[in-house]
Amino acid sequence: MAASKEPKKYLVGIYDHEDKVVEAVKKVQKDGVKVEEVYSPHPIHHIDTYIGHPRTRIPIAAFMFGATGTILAITMIVFMMKIDWPMIIGGKNPLYPPTMVPVTFEATVLICALGMVATFLITNNMGPGKVEFMFDRRTTDDKYALVVDLEKNTKSAEEISQILIKYGAETTPPPRIVEKS
Amino acid sequence: MAEVHVHYDLNEKYTFTPELKKKLMIGMGVGLVLLILGVILAYAGIGFGHHEAHEAGKAAQEATKHAEGGHHGATPLTRLWANLWLNGVFFTYIAAMGVLFVAIQYVAYAGWSATIRRVAEAFGAFLPFTAPVLLITFFLGGHDLFHWTHHDLYEKGKATYDPIIAGKSGFFFFPLEAGSFPLFWLLRLVAFIGIWYVLYRVLIKNSVAEDYLTDKTDFSYHKRNITIGAIFVVFFGLSESVSAWDWVMSIDTHWYSTMFGWYVFASSWVSALAVLTLAVVFLKEKGYLKMVNENHLHDLGKFMFAFSIFWTYIWFAQYMLQAYSNIPEEIEYWVARHDGLEGVYSPMIVMNVIINFLFPFLFLMTRDAKRKEIFLKITAFGILMGHYLDFFVMVMPGTVKGNGGFFLMEIGTLMLFACAFVYVFATQLSKQGLIAKNHPMMEESLHHSI
Repeated sequence: MAASKEPKKYLVGIYDHEDKVVEAVKKVQKDGVKVEEVYSPHPIHHIDTYIGHPRTRIPIAAFMFGATGTILAITMIVFMMKIDWPMIIGGKNPLYPPTMVPVTFEATVLICALGMVATFLITNNMGPGKVEFMFDRRTTDDKYALVVDLEKNTKSAEEISQILIKYGAETTPPPRIVEKS
Repeated sequence: MAEVHVHYDLNEKYTFTPELKKKLMIGMGVGLVLLILGVILAYAGIGFGHHEAHEAGKAAQEATKHAEGGHHGATPLTRLWANLWLNGVFFTYIAAMGVLFVAIQYVAYAGWSATIRRVAEAFGAFLPFTAPVLLITFFLGGHDLFHWTHHDLYEKGKATYDPIIAGKSGFFFFPLEAGSFPLFWLLRLVAFIGIWYVLYRVLIKNSVAEDYLTDKTDFSYHKRNITIGAIFVVFFGLSESVSAWDWVMSIDTHWYSTMFGWYVFASSWVSALAVLTLAVVFLKEKGYLKMVNENHLHDLGKFMFAFSIFWTYIWFAQYMLQAYSNIPEEIEYWVARHDGLEGVYSPMIVMNVIINFLFPFLFLMTRDAKRKEIFLKITAFGILMGHYLDFFVMVMPGTVKGNGGFFLMEIGTLMLFACAFVYVFATQLSKQGLIAKNHPMMEESLHHSI
């Protein structure tokens, strides 16, 4: 645990409706505030593009893992059926291509799926035993949190807080600063 | 992500321009000329059977395989009937699948497709044109196309008696005597296309009536069409399977595949989706359908991508089990498509998998490709040609045997049918508004975003 780092400061504004937080994300950025992330109890369509997150590269990872699976399966079949223990089944050549397809397909899908899950868990710092840092526990229930990284913004916490409230953030309690190490 | 609400012209109408009419007429004319030329040349021995070796350009590698061998008396006329039958069946399915698309949108309460529904609705208008082609082709060339029409197969004691086909005779000749008039078979042909067309007309009638509603909260026509759509989906699901056995599988009478109905369905459904995509993209290029954006195109692209893979799955499952198990009555079908018949069809079956699987799979895999019109146009056209080839490989080996090939007759018939299809399609499209403007889920479609 490299915990010696200085904790970063975030400003967390709480919203009580999906539409409010989506509107806030769009308008807050027009007022010059850089939004770090939005936390929601459910997926919100296009919220990543509103925040300005780059597009996910998981399809590229998927393709790579899939290709790995294909190559792995073909190598395996060729080794087993041609090199290690050639077998003639149904009078066909040991490397009869149609018979290779189902295994290749399954291996492709398997490696692709497992690899994608692993990539997703690693990039999001999730997984068994990991405890996700939460800016506000209520985002698992019925609230929406708009998180602003104060270091990436030139505006002060007060100013940003005013802007968040202007676009519908809850005032009781007002947006608060959360430290994350 | 339409931030600003744009007001689109939902009252736009498609005008079938005289220039396009002229072009299509010329296309049909050229097709017909090529077809006739193809038949004449075939009788003269050019582009047909053994004599292909004398022909310089086309299919030289094919011709070398044409060693002298016993063809089963397939004449150039057989090839003409086979071509008419092939295109008739192919375009019947495309037309019917357009209706199925509309019906599915209703049954699934789909909102995204509201703006392109009219385009799919125009497909079914071709059904009354293909049905006579099928009937006429059957009455004129049925004996050449369908082995099971020969009555000597059913006469016990004769050398030609075929117990396997005789066992299937009820499927064709019920209630008449085996080997006489295929009443049951013909009734099914007429009934299937007839019922598809009737349901299609009802769908269209309600859909157009919806355009003239003054009360925007009146969903009665839409609800009625949901019912009709549900009836169509169920009826079509059953009848399409049987029609595939009737029209395509019965050509190879001994052979059977329990997957054949779905296989033909997959092939023609993805063809219809390709035609729909092409139609939407071309209409957009002409300046229509402004509200159809890359999100709708993305959905069409996903449809094509997904059903190309679905087709591959069905095709492969059918192929692998039969090729591996190697049972004589099953394998003869595949032998005819590989090394049998002097290997005429073996390059085609390889191309079939490449065009219909590898090409769309790799080409349409990324999100960006599905959202760009040019990619969609290329893939849709490729898929369409690929599935024509798929039907070609289904129909030709059993009918014209080793005398098949791709020459003037094939090009001519395809041109004739394709131009006629576009003509009928465009006529139907111009009859009513291009947008089903009172579709209850129109707003959803306008804001569709994925």
